[in-house]
Amino acid sequence: MATLTIRSLRKRFGSVEVLKGIDLEARTGEFIALVGPSGCGKSTLLAMIAGLESVTEGEIRIDDRLVNAVAPKDRDIAMVFQSYALYPTMTARQNITFGMESRGVPKAEQDEAVKRVAALLQIEPLLHRKPGQLSGGQRQRVAMGRALVRDPKLFLFDEPLSNLDAKLRVDMRTEIKKLHQRVGKTTVYVTHDQIEAMTLATRIAVMHKGSIQQFDEPHVVYSRPSNMFVAGFMGSPSMNFIPAELVDADGRPAARIALHGGGAATLPLGFVPERRTADGRVVLGVRPEHLFRYDDDLKARKPGLARLEAPVDVVEPTGAETMAVLKLGEREIVGRFDPDGAPRTGEKLPLGIDMANACLFDPATEILIPRVAA
Amino acid sequence: MAEAPTLSYDGGVVRGFAGRFAVYAFLSLFAFIYLMPLFVVVANSFRELPEITRNGLIAFPESFSLEACPKAWLHHCVSGTCEGVHRNFYNSLFMTIPATIISTLLGAINGYVLSKWRFRGSDTIFAVMTLGVFMPGQISLLPWAYILGALHLSNSVYGLIVIHCVQGLSFTTLFCRNYYVNVPDDLIKAARIDGAGFWRIFFKIVLPISPPILIVTVIWQFTGIWNEYLFGVVFTSGRGQPITASLIGMASGGTNVRVYDVMSAGVLIGAIPPLLIYFFGGKYFVRGLTQGAIK
Repeated sequence: MATLTIRSLRKRFGSVEVLKGIDLEARTGEFIALVGPSGCGKSTLLAMIAGLESVTEGEIRIDDRLVNAVAPKDRDIAMVFQSYALYPTMTARQNITFGMESRGVPKAEQDEAVKRVAALLQIEPLLHRKPGQLSGGQRQRVAMGRALVRDPKLFLFDEPLSNLDAKLRVDMRTEIKKLHQRVGKTTVYVTHDQIEAMTLATRIAVMHKGSIQQFDEPHVVYSRPSNMFVAGFMGSPSMNFIPAELVDADGRPAARIALHGGGAATLPLGFVPERRTADGRVVLGVRPEHLFRYDDDLKARKPGLARLEAPVDVVEPTGAETMAVLKLGEREIVGRFDPDGAPRTGEKLPLGIDMANACLFDPATEILIPRVAA
Repeated sequence: MAEAPTLSYDGGVVRGFAGRFAVYAFLSLFAFIYLMPLFVVVANSFRELPEITRNGLIAFPESFSLEACPKAWLHHCVSGTCEGVHRNFYNSLFMTIPATIISTLLGAINGYVLSKWRFRGSDTIFAVMTLGVFMPGQISLLPWAYILGALHLSNSVYGLIVIHCVQGLSFTTLFCRNYYVNVPDDLIKAARIDGAGFWRIFFKIVLPISPPILIVTVIWQFTGIWNEYLFGVVFTSGRGQPITASLIGMASGGTNVRVYDVMSAGVLIGAIPPLLIYFFGGKYFVRGLTQGAIK
């Protein structure tokens, strides 16, 4: 059982600074996801935790022991790579035991460990095969076996599911989650897939341009994103950003937005923003699933529902739900609707926006304007 | 080698019988030109000398004799010594085998370092090393003369081994480095986390995936070193010469009578090892050069 603490970590390659002061900590048994677009520095950060990249500045501690200058093999970590990185000329068993052999673990102990891990991952029938004779999912299992057998303090995953096809990816995601629940090891997991991050992590660090934008539990990152980058990155389809003006309606704060073809709607916020921008302009952030076809029953159940009208431009049924592109002011917004009563193309939709779940951003800094606690 | 698909665009380049015939005729002509010398040498090794003198060097054999080969191997006289080329053949073997093994192994280690353990300036070092690929051997004749003298290795096969190891390093390093560049870095990283060091990674992970390029390098080095004669002629003499150098002596020295049958047999003996290597390793050579590393 182990903790990971990272303080003011910086990494420079020549004159390019790829990590600009990272602070991160994982408690014992936590599953931390590092998520962000390619080039955000998440893989570099992981390589530094593993000891494969040197530290320019700052410190990395595993279980309070400073490991900046410790070799990868002495950090008591195990890593799973995107490319699996299985040794091609060795059988699955030899791949799994290679690390123990390097460390001079007695043969009997090795056999015992292989047996335990193979049972856990259900790879016993594959042990005598070479990587070339395994499917993508099987290779991934063997790679995880190689990591698990070490019984390390820290598990590192570098986009382990990115090379798998869509269905297998979902299955393996569940497998990894089960595995973590069973083994309970402190884990750092790098991915560019926000769904993987949401489903697996106990806490998510969203990275962009070499710094952490937000580090919090998944539901907080999703529902209260700290800025417009996080809001746009987490969730698919992305959060809608609607330019608005903060006004007072009947003494309560409301957002005034432009409608398609002229005119405006005033939407009561249902919460009190902590501050106002100088000119009153804000960006209203609404997730697609917080758009509804308005009706009075729904209003009774969701008091935060504000009503307006929007023409429907495109409808995209996916089966379980129906996406619709609506026109609002100068721009388009995307809504996620129940297939029953979904919008129809060309219809002027009576649109309900659940303002209780909306976010406000400062258009100048793109930072979230927090709510006053109710 | 895999069967290459017949080129065909615009309804087929090769139209009908006439076109196909032209292609075969053209290629056969070149195959004939390339194979002619081999045929002449093999034929003359087994013809009787009077018949060669009567009908000319290039002629269809009308006689058969097994005398030339043993003579060339054991008894032929060059400047008064009558022991054929067998010593020189053994010299060549004794020179080529160690030089091939050593230069290939060093090339593999160099390539491993230059692709997987890069350091400041490693690319420059690699660029300088590959310069050697384009350097003609005669440029280094004088420096080698000096070095062999200083090492007391003049007129010895050991001297030639040293020369060929060093001269071949550029090629072996280039081959291996370019092969290892395509080996995923993740393999090395995984092994480092697994606790393996520089040599363990080399012997347990890198070498086992190297046979394709090692075969290429060994064939290249073996045939190159075996066929080389400039250093052999310059730095050795008489009994100490490799077979390529001794064949020159056979052709130029001696009596006025041109013993074409024995000379042909000598050439054939000298050509057998590279021919065997190509015969058994040729397909791996092409495969190794065209195939990438393991994904």
